[in-house]
Amino acid sequence: MQRTDDRILIDLKSPLREVGAIWLLAVRGMAAMVRPPYEFRSWLHQMGHLGVSSLGVASVTTLFTGMVLALQTAYSLPELGVKYYIGSVVSKSLTRELGPVLVALIVGGRIGSGMTAELGTMKVTEQVDAMRSMAADPVRKLVVPKLAATLIMLPALTVLGNFVGIFGGLFVAVNQLNLSVGLYMNDVLQALTMEDVFNGLGKSVVFACFIAIIGCHNGLTASGGAEGVGRATTRTVVWASIMVLVSDFFLTKLFHVLI
Amino acid sequence: MSSSEPSGARRPRREPLYVVRGLCRRFGERAVLDGLSFDVLRGECLVVLGRSGSGKSLTLRQLNGLDPAEGGEVLFEGTDLVQLTERELYPLRRRIAMLFQSGALFDSFDVLDNVAFPIREHERAGEDEVRERVAAALDWVGLSGIEDRMPAALSGGMKKRVALARSLVLEPEVVLFDEPTAGLDPVTSADICGLIRSTRDELGTTSVVVTHDIRLATHVGDRFALLHEGRFRFLGTWEEAVRSSDTALRSFLDGQHGAAQEDIDAA
Repeated sequence: MQRTDDRILIDLKSPLREVGAIWLLAVRGMAAMVRPPYEFRSWLHQMGHLGVSSLGVASVTTLFTGMVLALQTAYSLPELGVKYYIGSVVSKSLTRELGPVLVALIVGGRIGSGMTAELGTMKVTEQVDAMRSMAADPVRKLVVPKLAATLIMLPALTVLGNFVGIFGGLFVAVNQLNLSVGLYMNDVLQALTMEDVFNGLGKSVVFACFIAIIGCHNGLTASGGAEGVGRATTRTVVWASIMVLVSDFFLTKLFHVLI
Repeated sequence: MSSSEPSGARRPRREPLYVVRGLCRRFGERAVLDGLSFDVLRGECLVVLGRSGSGKSLTLRQLNGLDPAEGGEVLFEGTDLVQLTERELYPLRRRIAMLFQSGALFDSFDVLDNVAFPIREHERAGEDEVRERVAAALDWVGLSGIEDRMPAALSGGMKKRVALARSLVLEPEVVLFDEPTAGLDPVTSADICGLIRSTRDELGTTSVVVTHDIRLATHVGDRFALLHEGRFRFLGTWEEAVRSSDTALRSFLDGQHGAAQEDIDAA
């Protein structure tokens, strides 16, 4: 009985310890990021590595989302004539919600798992310990450039994705639904406000933080060789996606109150 | 058993650089280090022998604070490493280099950036000076002109030598060697042995070598320790080891066929 109680206590402690460690890494990472020396070369390298190489996947995701949104809007409620409002539906949906969330899920899964795989391999091959043994801080050397690059590139990719998605909607509106370019664009510009843009960007920054910290934490705590790195990578994709979706709800509520 | 330090002709009489007392480290129910106590004398090469999984590497990682102990003290010039935070350990780690079993070169850096890493991290040296010092360090380990190669393009022995160059580039006072000849052919192992001896003889560093390679041990060691069930069962010179009747030590030494037997006979 005593052993069962101990087991339950350990089972309860373990996730709490994990959350505590992730929180601590976030605080240490943020503190190291704003404190000199700044290693801008590493930041730029990571921005290219994480961001530029994700341009394609972000564009394809949002392009087709914009196209589907346009089609669904027209097909769902034809009797109400909503096809004349496709521009506002597509632009508002993408900018406030679908752009940040989809880019975070697709690109975040890609870069988060990449971070875990890279840092996990460094951990199990003692490269992280080698860094520590040379009196270098792995958080500053490894986590900060990834965190900074994600915080800059994920919102940038989201903005780009929004443009591409709105263009996808335009393409469908003009070619499938016989709307004019002027009508669609006028509707987009009328509907879209700075509030929508900041709402989406704010979410994107928070998602970036979750993705980078979870990806780095799982990498730096990986153990058990290649199999352990594989498990850590899967854990990153699952938890980063869950955190994006759960926090999206609360951020929507929060921004509704704030903005 | 000989946990005291018997006198011997080869033992250097120097003051202790490390004083380790009652070191404990558990993994779950298992006490890997169980009250381990020993000294490392300044300028000596202490070789820690033991079977796989006996805690040799863990012992080594206590000497630069990489793995926090749960009890006991590791005094380095009177400073207890066990009580220090990671950040407080940094100044000491600049003086204590470590050569990892796999070399642990950074995969994404070329040889130049790997060896230059400690210089760029801790010193404000110009790029020309960095390149000069890296070239000198690589030359010392016999690997001139490979600065632009990536670690993936190096053999196991070359990786170890580049890692040694990286360890020595800041001229540390202590070098910790974790299984330096593991996985290497006999010729490359002999090269590494020579380099380890040179670090002590030419650079005057204190070394702690963890290995189960008796040939390496006899070539580089001043004193020898056998780690068994979380403590040193033996600590003394090679002559004392050969004469010892300790069952664990005899079992370990007799278990090393071939090269080991030759060394025992020679001694």
